[in-house]
Parts: sequence; C-alpha cells; structure tokens
Amino acid sequence: MERDTHFILGVYEDEDVLLHAVEQVRSSGVKIHEVFSPYPVHGLEHVLGYKRSRLPIAAFLFGLLGTSLALTMQFYMMKFDWPMIIGGKDFAAVPDFIPVTFEMTVLLAAFGMVGVFMISSNLKPWAQPRIFDVRITDDKHVMAIDIANNNALDVEKIKEILKSSGATEVNNKSFE
Amino acid sequence: MAHHVQNFNLDQKFEFNSGIKKPILTVLIIGAVLLGIGIVLAMTSGGHGQEGAEAGAHAFHWYERLFANIWINNVYFTGIAIVGVFFFAIQYAAQAGWSAPITRVMLSLGSWLPFAAILMIAGFFLMGHNLFHWWHAELFDPNSSEYDSIIDGKGAFFYWPMEKGTFPIFYVARMVIFFAFWIFFFNKFKKIAAAEDQLGGTSHWFKMRSWSAYFLVFFAVSSSVAAWDWVMSIDTHWFSTLFGWYVFSSWFVAALSAITLLTIFLRGLGYLEMVNENHIHDLGKFVFGFSIFWTYLWFSQFLLIYYANIPEESVYFVERLTSDVYGPFIFVNIGLNFVLPFLVLMTRDSKRHGVFLKLVCTLLIVGHWIDFILMVQPGTLGHNGGLGLMEVGSLLVFGSVVALVVLGGLAKGNLVPKNHPMLEESYNHHI
Repeated sequence: MERDTHFILGVYEDEDVLLHAVEQVRSSGVKIHEVFSPYPVHGLEHVLGYKRSRLPIAAFLFGLLGTSLALTMQFYMMKFDWPMIIGGKDFAAVPDFIPVTFEMTVLLAAFGMVGVFMISSNLKPWAQPRIFDVRITDDKHVMAIDIANNNALDVEKIKEILKSSGATEVNNKSFE
Repeated sequence: MAHHVQNFNLDQKFEFNSGIKKPILTVLIIGAVLLGIGIVLAMTSGGHGQEGAEAGAHAFHWYERLFANIWINNVYFTGIAIVGVFFFAIQYAAQAGWSAPITRVMLSLGSWLPFAAILMIAGFFLMGHNLFHWWHAELFDPNSSEYDSIIDGKGAFFYWPMEKGTFPIFYVARMVIFFAFWIFFFNKFKKIAAAEDQLGGTSHWFKMRSWSAYFLVFFAVSSSVAAWDWVMSIDTHWFSTLFGWYVFSSWFVAALSAITLLTIFLRGLGYLEMVNENHIHDLGKFVFGFSIFWTYLWFSQFLLIYYANIPEESVYFVERLTSDVYGPFIFVNIGLNFVLPFLVLMTRDSKRHGVFLKLVCTLLIVGHWIDFILMVQPGTLGHNGGLGLMEVGSLLVFGSVVALVVLGGLAKGNLVPKNHPMLEESYNHHI
C-alpha cells in the first residue's frame, strides 16, 4: 500500500489565497486529495467541486423508519398486546400516538444521520486518524495531493504548481 | 466574493402599468360575478332555518353568510397586511442583512391596513349583531330565560366600563387602538425608509431598528388579543389559551407566502435582479418552517382538547368534525397547510426554484383562508356554511382589491432600499 501513502502538502497562510489556489491547482489538472483548515472556509467546498452531501437522504430514510417503528409499536401495544380503555377512547387512538411518533422520528433521524456521518467520514472510534500536519489545528491551511491519483503528472511539476499558486511551503508526507 | 463589483440598478421603481392591472381587474370582475351569482342563489333558495321555531333560534338569512364571508376575508387580509409589517420589523430588529433588497416588498403589504381598518370597524357595527353571539343583551339579563352565566362572566371583556349588553366599548376601543397603532407604525417605517432613500447614512437604520423593537412589543400583545376579539369571541363559550398564536401562525404563513410570491413575481418582471435563488431559498425555508409551526399549534390545540375530553372544550371540534359541511375541510386544511408544504418544500431544490414555491405558496394562501373559514363559519352560520360560489367570489374580490392596493403602494416608493447599510452583504448572500 505504499502508493497511496505518499502525499505532497501545500501550506497556505491566507484563506483567500487558498481559495484561488484550489481553483488554480484544479484547473491545471491536479487532483486534490483533501484540504485541511483550522476553521470552516466559506466557499471552499464550492471551489473544490464537491457534490452536495447525500446525508439529508439518509436522515429522511431514518426518519421514515422512526415513524413506522413508532406507529407499529403503538398499534401493537395498544390495540393487540394489552388493550386498555383510556379516557373512553378507541384502543387505537391515533392522535394520542402522534407525539411519540414525532419523537421517534426525530430520534432515529438524528441518530441515523450522526451514525452515517461518522461512518462515511471515517470518524469511527477505532479509526486511525492521519495527521497531515499538526498546524492545521492552529493557523495553517494545508492542501494534500495524493501522488497515486496524479500519475500523469510529474511530482516536481505538482510542487511547482503549488508554489506558484501561493503556497508558503511545499512538503512531502508519508504514512506508515 | 467581496471583490466582485456589482452594478445593480438601485433607483428602480415598480411600474404599476395596465399590463399588470388588467389581469387583477379581470379577477376582480370574475370574483364579483361569482359573488353576485352566489348571493342570488342564496336569496332564491330561501332561508332554510325553520321560521319562528323554538324561542331564540332565529331564522337563517342569506345575508348572514355574506356577512360571515366579509368578516373572514377582512380578518384574513388584515392579518396578511400587518404580518407584512411585522416581518419587516423582524428584519430590522434581528439586524438581518440577507433580506435588505426585499424589505420594501414586505412593508408594502401594510398598504392595505387603512382600508382594513375602515372595513373592520364599519363591518363590526353593521354586522356584529349577526356575527357575535355576545352582542345579544338578553344573555346578560339574569331575569331573562336566555341568561347565560358563563357569557355574563366574560361580558366585561367586551362591555367594560359600560353595562353589559349595552355598547361593547372596550371591544371597539381595542379594535381602534390596534389599527391606530399598526397604521402609525406602518407610516413611521415608511417615513424613515423615505428619509433613508433621500439622505443615506446609517442613522436611519438605527432609527428603524428602535421603532421595529417598539412595534414588535406592541404587536406581540395586539395580535393575540385581536385574535381573541375577532375570531375566538365568535364561539363565545369556548376558549383556547393558544388561540392567539394559532391565528398569528396562520396569518404568518399566508403573509410569508404572499411575500415570496410577490418577490418571485417582481423578479419575473425584471426587477430586483440582486435577489437570487439564495434569497428565494431563505423565503422558502420560512414558509416551510412556519407551516410546521402552524401544524404544531393546530395539533397542540387539538390533542389537549381531544385527550382531556371536557365537553365545553371539545364542543369546538365536535361541531366541526361531526359536521357534513365542515368535517371534510378539517382534512383539506391539514393537507394543504401541512402535508403539501412539508413534502414538497422538504428538499433544497424545491425551495430554490420558483415553480414549486409558486405552486405551494398559492395553495397555502388558499389553505389558510380555508382555515379561517373553519374558525369563523361554524360559530356564525352553523350548518348553513360551506365553501360555495359566495366564498370563492368574495375571496377573489378581496384578494384582487388587496393586490391592487398593495401593488399601488409598492409603486409609490423605491423598490430597493438603496442606502440600506447591508445591501452589499445581501448581494453576497450564499447558502
């Protein structure tokens, strides 16, 4: 797995320079692995060309699951498993079920969304984080380029592109 | 990005020309014709109340249905007008930047307020006896067979400091004070806005923010009390503690829909070119969010009454749900005002594209009007209500007259607050 552990890192100091650098680097044909920044940079996902997250779809589906689970549970309990007369209502008094259904929908949508997010962004508790540069939690923006993804381009050429786009440092990084 | 220089036409004015007036006038004429046919049909079919039946049960006259219609539309469009001003004030009180170019659109809804005030006050005196059960003096007379101790207990809320059953001075005073202050604030906002357009500088913005804050305090109380007075007091025995909010949320969704429709309409005509899909998206989110807020209040009111099952509370829903006339509309109400916006406006794309918003907002305006029919008609008309030609006609007449007044008001001033300090922020609004 040696190939995908070799990265070139461009270090940027200013977010405006970074945004233009991303555009420039992408337009010169280099594929960017990831950009790290100490705080959310507005418009970064836009210049990186990221597609919109599909997380809302997961949330909707989990919400739907919550709705159906809650309704099934209550119908089963109140109508079949242990019918009780409460306030002279029907056994299956649907309006009474709505608050619980609402809560279950929100609960499962939230849990499902967090779970899917954790798994899809590699935030599992057992995941081994790869620290590209410790300064990304402090004052530097770092653009990581995976050499294996850019076989068509020479490494020196990539470094040159990064330098000319405004990177203050260009480093190599390998992971074990 | 901040370094893009935009050259928008900030001096643009909405031109209310005959091309826009004509369709509105056509709708007005269609509405008037429908209303006329509806009235004639109601007159010829005769009052189907039993003439001279048991004591107190008076015969039903066709004009009572007309009165109820006028009252429904009056309350509804007054609400839309005042919530336009309210939403405007919210933008300033919250120091919102994104909405700067469309603030004048919100404010223009308030142009209807003076007309609403006249119609409401005149309407109350002309029709109040037919609309409001508590108007009947014998309810407060302990010696009368009609004496009602519950309404007698509430009488002071209408008649204080006069004797109960005489002249509802407290009620009328509230109505006059509310309209007077609402119109005062609306004119104040218009004046500050005009001064800002002429003189520039940030001082007008600060002034507007202070006046907005005063208005919001007044509106918080007056909107609730207005809802009790104008709508809840029709069902005089019954009460609901969240009714003020419920009516407000209905008004709010309708007004947000009107603002969204107006903004999309103006953009379609080539105005407001600085308003892009990001602003439309935010308006869509408001419509979506407050539709759910309305549902939350509707359901909160319903569930507690259903669950507690106290006769004097549940009569409100029994009257509606068990009725052949109103029963189906309960479900139409929830379908149009909750299920439709919830499902259609859930995705991001539908809030960013005019087509979906146009459809949903139009249906929401109709939906919340039906909501008001459901609030007013059972208490005033009993089983003689419904959704007929008279209702559709009066909605079209009212709606087109309001549109004429509002668009006329919009054409008077600048369309864009060109000296608003946050215009630049608004151009770069991005979500």
